[in-house]
Amino acid sequence: MQELIRRYGISLSVIMAAMTAFWLLALVVIPNLVLFKFSFRLYLPVDQLGGPNDVYTLKNYITFFDSPIHINVFFATIMYSSIVTIICLIVTYPIAYMLAKVLKPTDTATFFLVLLIPLWVSEILRSFAWFIILSAQGPLNAFLVGIGLIEKPIRWITGFQAVVVGLVYAYILFMLLPIYNAIQALDTNQIEASQDLGASTWRTHWRVVIPHSKPGIASGCVMVFMLCAGSVVVPSTLASTNSRWFTEIIQQWMFEGLDWNVGSAYAFLLLVLCIVFVSLVMRVLNVRLVDIAK
Amino acid sequence: MSEDVHLSQISMDFGSFRAVNNVEVTIKPGEFFSFLGPSGCGKTTILRLISGFMDPTEGAIKIGGKDMRGIRPNARPTALIFQNLALFPLMPIWENITFGLEVRGVPKAIRRAKAEELLQLVDLHDSADKRVSQLSGGQKQRVAIARALAVEPKVMLLDEPLSALDLKLRQHMRAELRAIQKRTGVTFIYITHDQGEALAMSDRVGVMSQGVLQQVATPQEIYNNPTNGFVASFVGENNVFTGRVKSVSDGIAVFDTPKGNFSAKLGQNVSVGDTSKLYVRPEFCTLHREADAKANSIAVEVSEIAFEGNFVNVFVKDHSGDTHMVQVQNDPAVPPPALQTSCQMVFNPASCMILAEANTGHSGH
Ligand SMILES: Nc1ncnc2c1ncn2[C@@H]1O[C@H](COP(=O)(O)OP(=O)(O)OP(=O)(O)O)[C@@H](O)[C@H]1O
Ligand SMILES: [Mg+2]
Repeated sequence: MQELIRRYGISLSVIMAAMTAFWLLALVVIPNLVLFKFSFRLYLPVDQLGGPNDVYTLKNYITFFDSPIHINVFFATIMYSSIVTIICLIVTYPIAYMLAKVLKPTDTATFFLVLLIPLWVSEILRSFAWFIILSAQGPLNAFLVGIGLIEKPIRWITGFQAVVVGLVYAYILFMLLPIYNAIQALDTNQIEASQDLGASTWRTHWRVVIPHSKPGIASGCVMVFMLCAGSVVVPSTLASTNSRWFTEIIQQWMFEGLDWNVGSAYAFLLLVLCIVFVSLVMRVLNVRLVDIAK
Repeated sequence: MSEDVHLSQISMDFGSFRAVNNVEVTIKPGEFFSFLGPSGCGKTTILRLISGFMDPTEGAIKIGGKDMRGIRPNARPTALIFQNLALFPLMPIWENITFGLEVRGVPKAIRRAKAEELLQLVDLHDSADKRVSQLSGGQKQRVAIARALAVEPKVMLLDEPLSALDLKLRQHMRAELRAIQKRTGVTFIYITHDQGEALAMSDRVGVMSQGVLQQVATPQEIYNNPTNGFVASFVGENNVFTGRVKSVSDGIAVFDTPKGNFSAKLGQNVSVGDTSKLYVRPEFCTLHREADAKANSIAVEVSEIAFEGNFVNVFVKDHSGDTHMVQVQNDPAVPPPALQTSCQMVFNPASCMILAEANTGHSGH
């Protein structure tokens, strides 16, 4: 804080601190606290509010554990979010390596521009674009039938496959950027030293590049996983009746059932269980939180 | 144990820029060979060509008689010690050292033993389980050497490995490197821009300028008989006179300068009538009261005296105001002349040379 005042003067520092505090309090802490309180109250008719039935209870949370369908949806969400994360990682790592260490810096800039332009389009439009591409009469089927690879159009938008495609497309850059940054920070001489000592390309990546970029890989994975698990737009555009996403259930409670209390209980469950899951995976892979914050 | 390295007229272009120009040299098995040259003259490029990170635009590199073109760095019998060492910070020291064995599938117990043995060799006991960040500069240096030795290279390539160290440690490591080289018998190709380092450590030195190899010879030969002006002025100090070659007899030329006629040995590629430069080392100059009829003399006045410990640098000015340097041994019985003393700077024809400019590579070899 003193450093801040020394650099920007009192008034500017106070404004900056106040804005940060406002952001944290008004946009993060307070709404969450309100929802948190909601999640322990019952959804009651107006005339019973404040009456003997208006008590704090765990009933909303128990609703989830009493409902096998919802539990299934939850695990499907976790599983397919993990699959999306893994696909993003596999696709991104070679690209990140190429951008960081193989291409000339001038080419890297062009490449990044090409990769970032789709991000300027809103997530809804991008999901909808995939809806069109994957639809039964869409361009993908037309193309595959056209080149004779398939006889008749395939129904892509069924099960989770379309959701996975849409999510990979929506969040892949959140994987690319941290890994790119991590690999770029690696001294190229280390890669060359590894080769010079006789290591194959695989071995060099396994022993030198990947260990070095582990924090970047971890933060990319956490980011993509959390974004996927919490995504609403992509699943509601690309999911079908046999593939429901947990966020859709939260949405149903809140906007169709108008039961904000169960809805917020579900939202907190999603948050807490995802954090538990991510921490477990991080523990297994031996990554620490400080590494990710770097 | 070791192999020879033959650089057969190699050139390396980066776009239109020629970083290495028609270099031809054979480095003998078990030799300690140094490439010496100023920054940007292409030294690192030569090492990278030998270790296989790129192939030369022209010419061939042969190690033990085998053409290396197309053979990747991990399949060449060389080990490179990088300018910044490039140790692996996430591995303990012993894994760093035996990384080359790990990739060859050597079992862990054997690797561990080998690491201890190499740590012994480079005088670093009890460091096997330390991290790279826990070591000092000189210790890291030794780990890098041990890591390169572990793969038992036929040829060791060292890119200014001592440049990051302080003077004391650098001198210590010079001796150490030389000793390790003698003990292992591996061919060492050493790169440096420090002439003292090159002269003190090497069996032979190749002096480079702007991608062109100017001279390959023993340290004594480089210092005492440089083939051109670049080598003379890059290695050691000189007093330089510009003039014209008037006549030659028995290899001794008469050199006509604005400061008078001097006799000097005539170097390569200089002939009668050429405008050229005469080089004489400060330690071959002496100061006398009288001119010497048999040697070259020039009237000067002492302008500055710098006491360096074991020797004294006496700076003198001639009549046209140019400064020259005379180096005399420190001897309290014979002190150097006092400031402002008028005297004669004398140097022997046999100890000065008329030399051409640097070889730019256009005329070929
Ligand atoms: N990959 C490259 N692309 C383009 N030019 C290069 C490349 N590598 C080196 N050069 C150029 O080649 C010349 C020689 O470079 P090199 O690194 O061999 O010099 P050096 O003698 O090792 O210098 P230093 O003592 O500073 O390390 C330099 O002018 C450099 O700019
Ligand atoms: Mg260099």
